[in-house]
Amino acid sequence: MWSYERRLQFPVNIKNPNAKLAQVIMSQYGGPDGEMGASMRYLSQRYATPYREVAGVLTDIGTEELAHLEMVATIVHQLTRNLSMEEIEKCGFGPYYTDHTVGIWPQAAGGIPFNACEFQSKGDVITDLFEDMAAEQKARTTYDNILRLVDDPDVCEPIKFLRQREVVHFQRFGEALRITQDRLNDKNFYAFNPGFDTVADCGCNN
Amino acid sequence: MNHNCSEQERLLMDISIIDFTLVELNEYLDTHPFDMQAMEYFNHYSRIKNQMMQDFASRYYPLTVDTSMDKKEWTWVLAPMPWENVADPYPLACETPPMQPRNNTGKGGYR
Repeated sequence: MWSYERRLQFPVNIKNPNAKLAQVIMSQYGGPDGEMGASMRYLSQRYATPYREVAGVLTDIGTEELAHLEMVATIVHQLTRNLSMEEIEKCGFGPYYTDHTVGIWPQAAGGIPFNACEFQSKGDVITDLFEDMAAEQKARTTYDNILRLVDDPDVCEPIKFLRQREVVHFQRFGEALRITQDRLNDKNFYAFNPGFDTVADCGCNN
Repeated sequence: MNHNCSEQERLLMDISIIDFTLVELNEYLDTHPFDMQAMEYFNHYSRIKNQMMQDFASRYYPLTVDTSMDKKEWTWVLAPMPWENVADPYPLACETPPMQPRNNTGKGGYR
């Protein structure tokens, strides 16, 4: 169950539209390391962990990523609001405009549509947490790349906030991995899938 | 909904700041569920946020539907959406005259 708070996690108020910038920032909406993939990754993976602390981290970070998704959509929306046709043509926004006008649609900066193959849910908490830590770093790198392309402070400030959250989430997933590994065979962390390799009599062999 | 904008924006910003503290404490407590000091902080800021959410709803509009106290007009939908620019807010449909379409006569700039 979810409920909605009618506010952004961090304020976004962009004065100057810029379709060129919108085109690259939209990658953090529906691109390979974007917020949609992040949220769907954690919210899908949480069923496979036998540990409540880990399920809690995946739920709460997956939820925060939905708030980030809304921030990124807001940045793209405000960057494309009130654009003239000349600006759309000059900024290379013509291809996106043809299919979506200035609506929000999940795609990467290069135009590749969002796809569930951009994340994995492997059914093994160790495997999943390693992916999650990598995902946070990949998103952090993407925000660093975006920050090198941007010079409008109205855009920089929310992007810097989002970048910082990737760093904190990397730390929390690291702790979740430690919590999980501490309960495994300390001579061989990777000997088991703790959510699957449990010995239980299901009654199927009778 | 005529009000002093700066005061409203300030309260919304304060809610964001307090809520950010709560998000941080929440995620920290998920991996440190027996840290009593962090829980004390959480409970402290949680009480403050609840009070601020009530204040915002009674003064301006509800930020969550369960804090709505509307009797005359449903401000949950009449109030601004979070993606609206403060300087460039959306009009209400009921106060908007019919629109003219943009030029689509085939005289664009692509050659």
